[in-house]
This record gives sequence, C-alpha cells and structure tokens, in this order.
Amino acid sequence: MKTLAVKVDDLTVAYNYKPVLWDIDLEIPEGVLMAIVGPNGAGKSTLIKSILGILKPIAGSVSIYEKPYEKQRKLVAYVPQKGSVDWDFPTTALDVVMMGTYGSLGWIKRPGQKEKKAALEALEKVGMLPFKNRQISQLSGGQQQRIFLARALVQNASIYFMDEPFQGVDASTEIAIINILKALRKAGKTVIVVHHDLQTVPEYFDWVTFLNVKKIATGPVKDIFNDDNLTKTYGINYKVSIQE
Amino acid sequence: MNNAQLEIQLIASLVAIACAIPGTFLVLRKMAMISDAISHSILPGIVIGFFISHDLNSPLLILFAALTGIITVVIVEYIQKTGLVKEDTAIGLVFPILFSIGVILIAKNANDVHIDTDAVLLGELAFAPFDRLIVGGTDIGPKSLWIIGTILLVTVTLLITFFKELKLSTFDKGLAASLGFSPAIIHYGLMSVSSVTTVGAFDAVGAILVVALMIAPAAAAYLLTTDLKKMLALAIGFGVLSAVLGYWVAHLLDASIAGSITTVLGLVFLMVYLFAPSKGIIAVMYREKQQRTEVSLLTFLLHLKNHDDLSERHVKHLNEHINWQKVRSKTVLDLAQKNNMIVIKDNIVSLTEKGDAFTSKAIDYIITNEDAQIEDMKDDFFLFRG
Repeated sequence: MKTLAVKVDDLTVAYNYKPVLWDIDLEIPEGVLMAIVGPNGAGKSTLIKSILGILKPIAGSVSIYEKPYEKQRKLVAYVPQKGSVDWDFPTTALDVVMMGTYGSLGWIKRPGQKEKKAALEALEKVGMLPFKNRQISQLSGGQQQRIFLARALVQNASIYFMDEPFQGVDASTEIAIINILKALRKAGKTVIVVHHDLQTVPEYFDWVTFLNVKKIATGPVKDIFNDDNLTKTYGINYKVSIQE
Repeated sequence: MNNAQLEIQLIASLVAIACAIPGTFLVLRKMAMISDAISHSILPGIVIGFFISHDLNSPLLILFAALTGIITVVIVEYIQKTGLVKEDTAIGLVFPILFSIGVILIAKNANDVHIDTDAVLLGELAFAPFDRLIVGGTDIGPKSLWIIGTILLVTVTLLITFFKELKLSTFDKGLAASLGFSPAIIHYGLMSVSSVTTVGAFDAVGAILVVALMIAPAAAAYLLTTDLKKMLALAIGFGVLSAVLGYWVAHLLDASIAGSITTVLGLVFLMVYLFAPSKGIIAVMYREKQQRTEVSLLTFLLHLKNHDDLSERHVKHLNEHINWQKVRSKTVLDLAQKNNMIVIKDNIVSLTEKGDAFTSKAIDYIITNEDAQIEDMKDDFFLFRG
C-alpha cells in the first residue's frame, strides 16, 4: 500500500445545521494528480477548506501524512478561487507571490532576499517574470491565475490544493497550468484540484473523487471514471465519451 | 504662532496619523462603515468609564470604550451571520442603539458630570491645551497630547511588527488561515486598535471627525498609488495636511476646528478624485476619449487594408461609408498622418509600410483575443496619441 498523503475520516460540515458534507471518508495516496468533481453545491470547495482548517467541521478528523493539519502546514500549499480576493488591492505580482513564503517565515519575521529570489523563480516557472512589477489589477484573468499558482509553487510544499484553477483562463494558460501540475506530480508531489470540466478529466488527471455532499467514489480515473459514477454524482443519466 | 496654537496643531496631526493607519486597512477591507459604528457606540463605554473614574482622561475610559467598540463589531457580525439582514443593515441597527444608551446615560446624570453630547459629537480641540498633565509639579504638556501620542506609538509599533500579517489577511483571508495566521486574531486586533484610536481621538476631535480622519485620507491615497506602503504614507500625509490646514481655516474664519478640518479633508479628497493621474475622473474621461479615437483609427486602417480600389480610399468616402461625423474623421486622419501610418495623395488615402505593419499585427491580436497586447502594441507604434 502506498503512503497516504491525506486521510479524511467521517468528516461532516454544516452551514446553519444543513450538512454540506456528510460523513466523508477519503484517502488520497501520495503522488497522485486528483480531480474533485461534482455539481454546484456539492461541497467541493468546502471539502478543501475543511481539510485546510479554514472551516471548522462539526464532526470528523483530517490528517496530513498521519498528523493533524496544524502540525503539517508547511507541507501544504493552497490556491484559493481567483474570485475570493480583491484584485484592486494595492500590490504587485511579485508581492503576491512573496505571500507564499509567509507560512515558512511564521509570525513577525519579514521576507528578505532569500524569499524574493524564490518568488522570482516561481514567477519564471509560470512565465510571469516580465510582469513582476505590474499592479495586480492590470493583469488578465489568466495571468492572475498564474500568479496564484506561482504563490503556491513558492511554498515548495508536498501537497497542493487548488480550487478551480482553470476557471476563466484562456486556452494557453490552461495548458501552461496543467503542464506545471503534471510536472509537480512527476516530482512526487500530490496535487488535488477542484475541477469543473468533465471532458478533460481523463486527459489531465490520474485520480478522481466524485462528490455530492456524500462521497460517491474515489480512485484511479481509468477504473472509476464511468457513466455509472457520473450518473450517481450528477443525478441525471450522464454520458461522456471517455477518450482512450 | 503661540504655544497653544502649536499644541493644537500637534494634537490634530497626531490624531490624523493615528487614524490614517487603521483607516487604510478599514478602507481596503471595505469596512469603512464599521469605523462610523465604533465611533458612535463607544459612547456608553466612555460614560460608564467616566462614572467610575470621574476623570475624562482616565485610562479606564479608554478601556471601557474600546471594549464597547469590540462588542459592537461582535454584535454586528453575529447579526450578519444569521443571514437575515445584510452587513450595512446590521451596522445601522447596532450603533444608534448603543449611542443612544450613552446619550441617555449622559442626560440622566448631566448635573454632576462635565460631559455633554456636543463635545462628544464634535470634540473641542480649542480647549485641549488647557488640560495639562502635571508630573511632580512640572507641566509636561496637554494631557490629550500624551494620550494620543501613546496610542500612536502603540499603533505604529503594531503596524511595523505585524505589517506582513495585516497585508496577507486583508488581501487573502483564506490563504492567511491556511498558513496559520488566524484572520480572526488579526481582525479583532485591527478592531481593537481602531476602537482605542477612536477613543483617544474622540476627546480631541469628536465622533464625526474621527470617521472623516480614518476614511477620507485613506480613500484619497487609494486613488493615487498601487503600493500598500505608499498608500499608508500618503494617507498619513493627507491627514496631517488637512489637520494643519483645517486649523488655520478655523483660525481665519473663527469657526470650529473640528468642522474646518473635516471640510478640508473633503476638499482634499475631491481634488484627488478629480485630478488623480490614472484613477481620477478627468484622467478616466480623457482615456476613454483617447480609446474611442484609437478604435476609430484601427477601424479606418482595417478598412484601408481590406479595400484596394481608389473609390473606397477617397477622403470623402470616410464620411459617407464609415458614417463618421466630420470632426471625428479629421481627428482620425490627423492622428494617422501624424504617426506616419497613411499618406494622402490627390485625396486618395494609402497605408504606409508602418501603417500596414501596425494593421496586420492588430488583426493578429484581435483574432487571438489578446487585448492587453494591443495596448502594448499601441505604445510601440504611436508617437502622438489622440
């Protein structure tokens, strides 16, 4: 059995007594590139946020490499939805990427040359180095998403959680992002992505979790990405042609 | 300028700085209205603190007032969380009630206390120099100068120490939480500083001016810069400028100092709002006009590139076929000529080599939908803009 990167036990999350996630058990092996799919309101973002301690579950527990998240923060990087922040905030692309280094710095300590160098390298990886001094509102949607990705890369984590990184980006950015995600998996990292476009699941990912308040299925794409699970998740009789 | 005048300006300036710092973060967090709520609802805290201590400068007042400030924020957030009303409604519900409790407390006990609602709303900066702090028989300056000075020192220390955390949690609460910087701690830290500053400033400038000093300088600074540190510096600058200028306006007109400072703050914001180089109203209008002309130019050039026959390229044709008014056609023709994109010979317009290259490139970018690159390209090609 492979090492488990993430283990979720009996996780239940509710907003105002209405369960958004119900009794989720989930084991994510190390080194997979996994999509979380499900309809709107299925609790995909909520699942990520609960694993990362941003939301408090009403029951259940989460472990990252067999320890609670609070002890493993440095192993985890998080890319929130692009729409969750105010892009008119007075700051530059480089500065946003530098924020990725804050976790390893801890309270009070300030970023220095070492952190700046790491941020510049991350910008280079996502092809955004020429834009480093751009004010973030001056960037296109795809460029903003690349900045967010660079900010996660700079954390040099073992596990990456990404909330809809392909939302509102152009085709070239989508390809650039998926190539980086694949490179991360190749380097032995675990990458977990909330994903919307079912058509690209077999092409982009090797592992998939179907979610709709409850966990429907989780496993390798080639074994479980089928009409049966899609129908169970999306409720209607769902057919997709799976590319071989 | 006498000593009292200097002291008043010094107090007003320190209050301005102390307000601009939390104010900048409140504006960025879209919580400007919460400062209004805090500034009013601390009144019962001040009154209760005063009843216990019988001293307007007692630290107990600041403590109680800051506490009511925090309680306000907690109640507003609690009401908001129920989802039954929106945030602004919650704010509007909470602070008038707390404020009026303060007003009633004052009215019921007005006989034996030196605190009245006028002073609370508008403050009385002119009297600040009369209330001295005497230590061991020596006069070491006005009490309010020491109070606001201490608050400012604490605020600046906190700002420098937690600048990184403040910035992160203001920009991206989710990331801050996942990295272990509790947004709740930072949020309530900022609320505490705002409350304490409000109390300290309140005695000198009153509840209304405190709000103006927190929001107006930060809002003006926001329009001028894209760098958080510069925004803080500009907000402080605007605050101090308005404080000093406002004092002299009041001096000249023999009017309320607090009122004059607030008026100057409003004028400073208006100036910035109109004349800010990139976000100001005038700049935005100018840019829109320029863009319209440039789009017209591009349309015109594309038309030239698509049509070879002479009749389509006759100067008159512009008016008829593309259906522009004379003035606009002339602006576009002049712009194209000034930039060497076209030549006009016998009333026939032709693209130059440069014009042709520009148009081809523009077509490429339009097809691939790369708007940002069209902007960059314009910078490469245009010597004179619209």
